[in-house]
Amino acid sequence: MFAEQHDEKLEEVPIELLSKGRALADRLAVPLAAALLGNGVNGLAPRLIHYGANRVYLAEHHLLKHYQTNSYARVMNELIHQYRPQIVLYGATATGRDLAPRVASAIKAGLTADCTDLQIGDHGSANGKTHKNLLFQVRPAFGGNIIATIINHDRWPQMATVREGVMPAAVPDTSRRGEIISYKPALSAADLAIEILEQHKQARKVNLKAARVVVAGGAGVGSRENFRLIWDLANALGGAAAASRAAVDLGFIDRDHQVGQTGTTIRPGLYIAIGISGAIQHQAGMSESRKIVAINNDPDAPIFQAAHYKIVGDLNKLVPIMTKTIRKRS
Amino acid sequence: MAYNCVVLIKQVPDTKRITGKAMNDDGTVNRAALPAIFNPEDLNALELALQIKDDFGGRVTAVTMGPPAAAAVLRECLYRGADDTVLITDRRCAASDTLATSYILCCAVKKFEYDLVLCGRQAIDGDTAQVGPQLAEKLGITQITYVEKLLALDGGTVTVRRSIGNGWQLARANLPVLLTVTSEANEPRIAAALRLMKYKNARTVSEITREAETANEGLDDDRIRDICLKRVDELQTKGLLINQWDLDTIGADLKWCGRNGSPTKVHRIQSVVLAAKDSKRVEPTEAGICAMVHELIEDKTIS
Repeated sequence: MFAEQHDEKLEEVPIELLSKGRALADRLAVPLAAALLGNGVNGLAPRLIHYGANRVYLAEHHLLKHYQTNSYARVMNELIHQYRPQIVLYGATATGRDLAPRVASAIKAGLTADCTDLQIGDHGSANGKTHKNLLFQVRPAFGGNIIATIINHDRWPQMATVREGVMPAAVPDTSRRGEIISYKPALSAADLAIEILEQHKQARKVNLKAARVVVAGGAGVGSRENFRLIWDLANALGGAAAASRAAVDLGFIDRDHQVGQTGTTIRPGLYIAIGISGAIQHQAGMSESRKIVAINNDPDAPIFQAAHYKIVGDLNKLVPIMTKTIRKRS
Repeated sequence: MAYNCVVLIKQVPDTKRITGKAMNDDGTVNRAALPAIFNPEDLNALELALQIKDDFGGRVTAVTMGPPAAAAVLRECLYRGADDTVLITDRRCAASDTLATSYILCCAVKKFEYDLVLCGRQAIDGDTAQVGPQLAEKLGITQITYVEKLLALDGGTVTVRRSIGNGWQLARANLPVLLTVTSEANEPRIAAALRLMKYKNARTVSEITREAETANEGLDDDRIRDICLKRVDELQTKGLLINQWDLDTIGADLKWCGRNGSPTKVHRIQSVVLAAKDSKRVEPTEAGICAMVHELIEDKTIS
């Protein structure tokens, strides 16, 4: 698995990949290795081992300090050819989705985008032959209306990018021991095709994934001003405010707050959907919440199929009642 | 200095308008029940190419791979200002995954002299965002993905602002480059009325043949072939012929096309059934809400 790091800090997605990767490697009885590329990142290698890697391929070079497509793709390509993994996983982040297809195209390997689950299984071909222990690459397609299981049985290696936030993060175990294998890439300035003139990172203003309670509003909330109802309820519950894509597109709230297929996937203890019709794309991001409450004035809204508590009525009247009730609880 | 742009377009089923009829009983997609549309972010890629042409000159060539009906999106490109259009259509393209698609597009794009290749960030049917980077690798050119804004085009270099997920960066690269363009980049123009009047008559050879067969039912094949040839000549003279290429035209090696060229295969497709949960209807009253909140506190959902 590709251990994505920026500014010498490990991202969250490699920690998720290590937990799934550990399970797949155990099932296949093979080692799990992390490819760690960067400059001055050797301090991250023991953490990758604590999170489940048996080996870390550590490729350090001053030209790998900042992520760039060509330099990183070249080193990944070399590592894959040298160590010949059966399976290569990347996080489906902006970086992973830039890198993985470039690598796949160079080595003429298959690549499945944005997987939400990975399993090991057997596949019977049309010619009656059974391919054993393949990587089942499970992903939604057609805007979330179908779930496709993709395989790659005749071309090495099997590669996939994995959605952020859909696999539980690995739990670190500091007693784990592993091997750190240094790889010396031979890069030159010619491998840096892009000049990065300026970079600006926003700290994520909201961390929907960490919230135990999420209150989400949809187009039905009506306006940015009226979204105050959502914020108030979220505050009363000590939770986070979120939104459907429609509400974000209408400018009611920033895109960081978007839940669904093209936003964040979350599984909080409580999800309250207000004025959200519940298109399948939205449900893809929240249907695994432990408890779901839906408020909508349309009794046929699809969100009610996902809800544990269904409230048909006017959100403008009902949400303030709920906020008041919750504020009174203590 | 003028810049030549090749824009890659995809006609896609409108996945936002999926209804019950869109899924077959066996869980496969009934494409016939879905309207086919211009992939939204490809319109942003086209707009960027047209703005480059407006500012600096050069030619805009739109290329799509798809069934004969995909000529419709090429006409849309002509209405908005594209100079040339190419439809790559061939039954042997069927079942191409992203790797095979990028190979076929590479064979086609290599036929042109270009400074920039532009595509939408991703297509709404697969949402993979893979074909752009895979194509850039095959063309051996630099890729810049998630372009939100073109900042400068200056002799041999391009400068853009690109999204990096939780922020942005300003990146500069030497031409030629491949850019994948997001919906943030611009507001695509609408079809120009005069161009629409002219190019609504633009046709591919497949379309000319089908129309000739329908209009001249009963005539023998030779006669129909003559009618077609004449019509092709006529449209070519008027600049209304949409180029139609097959895998032989672009010199593609069949080993890398279609099913043979696609490492990824479908093992199983499941239609998403939204599971009805063990659920309760709550009265939309203060008492109903109080009871529900009480339950959520009891089972420790709310602390």
